[in-house]
Amino acid sequence: MKYISEFRRSELAQGLLSRIQRQSKTPVRFMEFCGGHTVTIFKYGIRQLLPKTIEMVSGPGCPICVTANADLDKAIALSQIPGVIIATFGDMLRVPASDSSLQEAKAGGADVRTVYSAMDALKIAGDNPDKSVAFLGIGFETTAPTIAASILQAEEKGLKNYYVLSMHKLCPPVIKALLDSGELKLHGLVCPGHVSAIIGSRPWEFIARDYGIPCVVSGFELLDILQCVEMLVNQVESGKSQVEIAYRRGVRPEGNHEALRLMGQVFEPRPALWRGMGGVPGSGLKLRSKYQRFDAEFAFDIRPSPPREPAGCICGEILRGVKTPANCKLFGKVCTPQSPVGPCMVSSEGSCSASFLYGVGLEG
Amino acid sequence: MKDKILLAHGSGGKLSHELVEKGFVKALANPILAKLDDSAVFDLSGKLAFTTDSYVVSPIFFPGGDIGKLAVCGTVNDLAMSGAKPLYLSLAFIIEEGLLQSELEQIVDSIQKTAKEAGVEIITGDTKVVPRGGADRLFINTAGVGVIAEGVNISGSNAKAGDRVLLSGTIGDHGIAVISQREELSFATTLKSDCAPLGGLVAEMLNASPNIHCLRDPTRGGLATTLNELAGQSGVSIRIEDEKVPVREEVLAACEMLGFDPLYVANEGKLVTIVPPEDADKVLKAMRKNRYGKDAAVIGEVGAEKPGRVVIKTALGASRILEMLTGDLLPRIC
Amino acid sequence: MCLAIPALIKSIEDKEAEAEIGGITRRISLWLTPEAKVGDYVIVHTGYAINILDQKEAEETLKILRQIAQLEED
Repeated sequence: MKYISEFRRSELAQGLLSRIQRQSKTPVRFMEFCGGHTVTIFKYGIRQLLPKTIEMVSGPGCPICVTANADLDKAIALSQIPGVIIATFGDMLRVPASDSSLQEAKAGGADVRTVYSAMDALKIAGDNPDKSVAFLGIGFETTAPTIAASILQAEEKGLKNYYVLSMHKLCPPVIKALLDSGELKLHGLVCPGHVSAIIGSRPWEFIARDYGIPCVVSGFELLDILQCVEMLVNQVESGKSQVEIAYRRGVRPEGNHEALRLMGQVFEPRPALWRGMGGVPGSGLKLRSKYQRFDAEFAFDIRPSPPREPAGCICGEILRGVKTPANCKLFGKVCTPQSPVGPCMVSSEGSCSASFLYGVGLEG
Repeated sequence: MKDKILLAHGSGGKLSHELVEKGFVKALANPILAKLDDSAVFDLSGKLAFTTDSYVVSPIFFPGGDIGKLAVCGTVNDLAMSGAKPLYLSLAFIIEEGLLQSELEQIVDSIQKTAKEAGVEIITGDTKVVPRGGADRLFINTAGVGVIAEGVNISGSNAKAGDRVLLSGTIGDHGIAVISQREELSFATTLKSDCAPLGGLVAEMLNASPNIHCLRDPTRGGLATTLNELAGQSGVSIRIEDEKVPVREEVLAACEMLGFDPLYVANEGKLVTIVPPEDADKVLKAMRKNRYGKDAAVIGEVGAEKPGRVVIKTALGASRILEMLTGDLLPRIC
Repeated sequence: MCLAIPALIKSIEDKEAEAEIGGITRRISLWLTPEAKVGDYVIVHTGYAINILDQKEAEETLKILRQIAQLEED
């Protein structure tokens, strides 16, 4: 596959690993913030291959994992309203909310359909004029513009039955909250690749400037991650802290102007609830009043169950990078991919799921 | 014949008889079935293998096959995986009213062709028709029986440390071909399901070496799940190498797009075999000579430490645990 | 987050395109990349092109990585 296979070639990976091993003298902790990066790191066993001087921790970069129960409960309550078809990305289906999950709601008769794209949700709306299609808007700045486009498309087509329940979140504010909490000392940040494709590299500048932490925007393939680590090590060893783009084929410093314009046209920021971090100002997106008629929160009388967090679940601390899955009493015993207690175990890029599937305590 | 299947077709009356005689018995022509007694009566001796399966695939027609072909292959393959020569099948239809006659004919035709290739006969059957919504167009249930030759002893619990693990060809073809037809995910591909009867392939493998330890077809849950089953049953560990597992580029691309791992995608015309190391070359050669094994490869080996564990080694030499599939394969954004 | 893959634009109709990756083709939306042309590679996330892939930069990056591999061998 063009522009994927070339960036997986193991002989080029060896070169990068050798250079990293040679250059890395200072013990450092780097955080990858994006679930896609977490998956690549686990898939190739990158942690095992990096020198002992480098510790990699995973941050709150999985939009499913960070969605608070209160929001998930709204989605489930929405699915119970007669005449509503829920269209959702597959990731959401098995996440346990306060007392149910979308999968359970589906088994109980709710019309819940998995889609790959908001385009497919629009098609469902077009094909079912007598029903209401509510699309569950999850994801960060990579996904939000696509949902904004879907709303504008619905407007163009004159669709009267397409709604979005916005649970979208923004990355820079939550990184700031994480850094401000002082819980975790970081020496480098692996910046999300596709979020940056939309917002550019400039929104990360405050991290290098105000916190002195080197930032490198990384792609998702094996060579991308290794190149990013090499560039972070380089900055650390030469005492620099700036924002660099390793993923140059996918990211421009100014981002995608049209995507940002559409996102700003349809959405505006609002405070959002992040699992494990509580409320973070300006970190969520809500539909502007001009597009209120597409907003599921206005169109429907949503009555969620009272929010409840599962006892013993430390997903919140894991998401902040202060604990690892191995620290959790429930991990691997009560909480497994078969019977997940918290979302970090459900999402394929949640830290717990990745740890479980890709080998905790593997001999190498 | 009228164009839709109606409830009356399942009620045992005149329409039912017409459907069975003109639609099924004629197409599946064999003397046992033609008797149309309440049960099929036949002579059979030796060590027998017996299996049952139900097929609920949606959509019922997909690139490379249909639910009928799948039903015959699935049943035949279950028998072949026990080292049996598949002989007779039962076939029960549960039809949702409104299914087109022409669609049913196409499926029966497919069943007949596949049964012929597999060298099996459908000797008894049943037909029910349920109201709209009672079944997803068509469900099929089968049972199958076959004979295991003397000296053949194949079981998921026979794997031993030092054995080699062989795979008969590319993985993920069936699962991706089927999913490409789902309306909400649709993408265009020339990929076809690999659905195929493997009795012939197994017979040739057993000819090459009667010492084959295990045989299993990696259907739902994919290769990863099957390897876990075998490791668990035999109380051994299995190590495979990522680079050695054959995957078509289109399967990889679809998996990349949807967020699937080909190791977990269903196959309907592939098998995994575990053989003693001294027989690996012979068996591999025999597999590659057969049309359903031309991409066969040695993908790993069996160890004694950490029983039940399956490990996959990546190109860079790092290893990770390969677990069974949990839940369903769902397209994801993350 | 952000599962996205590079795909080649084969044809464009209005704000949508037929895009191909590894032999698979799928209809995608160009709402976020209206300037994309036939022959461009775009990065596709949930059926929407989120950016045009800079092929020159891709080649540059590979060149750098090959150089590093060469230098580290010596």
